[in-house]
Amino acid sequence: MKRYSVFAIAREALRHHMGWERAWASPEPKASYDAIIVGAGGHGLATAYYLGKNFGITNVAILEKGWLGGGNTGRNTTIIRSNYLQDPSAAIYEKSRSLYETLSQDLNYNVMFSPRGVMMLAQTHHEVRGYLRTAHANALQGVATEFITPARVKELCPILNIDGPRYPVLGALWQARGGTGRHDAVAWGYARACSAMGMHIIQNCEVKGVRSENGVVTGVDTTKGYIGTKKLGMVVAGHSGQLAEMAGFRLPIEAVALQALVSEPIKPCMDVVVMANTVHGYMSQSDKGEMVIGGGTDGFNNYTQRGSFHHIEETLRALVETFPMLSRLKMLRQWGGIVDMTGDRSPLISKTPLGNCFINCGWGTGGFKAIPGSGWAMAELMAKGEPGPLAEAFNMWRFKEGQFIDESVAAGVAH
Amino acid sequence: MLTLECPYCGVKACETELSPGYEAHLKRFGPGSTPEEFEAYMFARKNPKGVHFERWRHTYGCGKWFLAARCTATLEVFGTYPAQVSGPPPEIIAKIQARRPGWTPDGKATA
Ligand SMILES: Cc1cc2nc3c(=O)[nH]c(=O)nc-3n(C[C@H](O)[C@H](O)[C@H](O)COP(=O)(O)OP(=O)(O)OC[C@H]3O[C@@H](n4cnc5c(N)ncnc54)[C@H](O)[C@@H]3O)c2cc1C
Ligand SMILES: [Zn+2]
Repeated sequence: MKRYSVFAIAREALRHHMGWERAWASPEPKASYDAIIVGAGGHGLATAYYLGKNFGITNVAILEKGWLGGGNTGRNTTIIRSNYLQDPSAAIYEKSRSLYETLSQDLNYNVMFSPRGVMMLAQTHHEVRGYLRTAHANALQGVATEFITPARVKELCPILNIDGPRYPVLGALWQARGGTGRHDAVAWGYARACSAMGMHIIQNCEVKGVRSENGVVTGVDTTKGYIGTKKLGMVVAGHSGQLAEMAGFRLPIEAVALQALVSEPIKPCMDVVVMANTVHGYMSQSDKGEMVIGGGTDGFNNYTQRGSFHHIEETLRALVETFPMLSRLKMLRQWGGIVDMTGDRSPLISKTPLGNCFINCGWGTGGFKAIPGSGWAMAELMAKGEPGPLAEAFNMWRFKEGQFIDESVAAGVAH
Repeated sequence: MLTLECPYCGVKACETELSPGYEAHLKRFGPGSTPEEFEAYMFARKNPKGVHFERWRHTYGCGKWFLAARCTATLEVFGTYPAQVSGPPPEIIAKIQARRPGWTPDGKATA
């Protein structure tokens, strides 16, 4: 793999850009691997990357039924923050956020991490109390975050109307080192680094069945034939229920649609990320100038990657009060992704009832921010066969034991 | 936009008039049950990509709960029926099998 650098740009500029290589190879699958990851989204690719980087395991294949990064990783609104309430969440999301700070240098690929600040508006007294509690918890956890006044909110984001009348801004939880990243670049950067380590990224290869012997996984049946493996990592977000069924167990997960949309591009008007959880709306401005807007989830199981229209209407109706200038904007595109929701709105990074088969899922509406940290923890779990400190609390048996990592109480949503 | 016919009042209601209630025909567990039973009842819900049975409430209509048979992969609705049953009625199963040959009601979806 040739490194990207200012010298490479100069060299290519002098020879009509004829020397750029493909970012990753597309090999045919081998008969077997030391580890197979199902799902080439951000979490699957990051898992593979840290298996190689932290544990030297590189005889790895990443199997993807569609194209790399075409699942939720390529459909999300890219908000990155780590100010969660519970200790296990704060630990893994902060690990992840801090890895994002240097990810471009680490991968030699510009993932455009932009720590522009994330503001979570408190628009009810219930939210004020919830965010004050989170701010105090974060102080104890060592996560830099603060509760700010409405006047400071207005100063940081002048296009915001803080006066209501329906949804007055009573304050906000502000994480100055939160922000956004470039979703595709995160997937592409990890893919390029995995490929450079000799791993096989195999696209258009759907896993159809999981084979095992004496309770231990032996391989997978795919649309490109049978592939053997010593270890299997399932990292397929909305399709986790399907994979679990193939492996013979059931997950505490339901798949629902979550939507987002973007406006026509306009001049820079907003240099922070704003989340308004009371009305299920959140917004940032992309480098192209589009206002990137995310909404709420549908209330029923769905695998169609299409959401219900009325959610868009509700999100925009509410956001127009908070951002009056939006009322004149045309919306350009709308899309949906299938998110994997758990009962406590926290993920699973876990061993499973099947030996040497591991699962990473349940990131639901908020797992883009978690990609580096989740991959880090999942790689440790797969390499050692036992969870490390980051993953331990996120085991799939916590529902039976009542050990919830409840992130749904404070805001109702987590992005 | 999902449209379901309320089996009580016969209104074809769009989803803004309804409230979703997730998996139907759940077996409820109470005091004295094992942790496994509670987990299965409360968290390990069916999540098929295909035929699914659900509870819905006609919230802004007659207010009653009813059940629906729907495909989660295509959003096709096979039919709705009153909630006072412990499993899908035979005519609903027949309708599903007409559209999904080979499908069986034991939770195995073939769609
Ligand atoms: C509209 C929307 C907005 C969001 N906004 C945010 C946000 O602002 N901030 C944030 O942190 N998170 C956000 N999220 C959540 C975030 O996108 C996800 O949590 C994250 O991208 C999940 O990554 P993943 O790698 O687990 O899954 P995915 O990217 O979905 O990857 C899973 C892959 O598995 C593949 N796959 C499935 N089944 C099989 C099979 N049988 N065989 C082979 N491959 C298979 C799929 O094709 C897919 O590519 C949002 C999500 C959506 C939908
Ligand atoms: Zn009715």
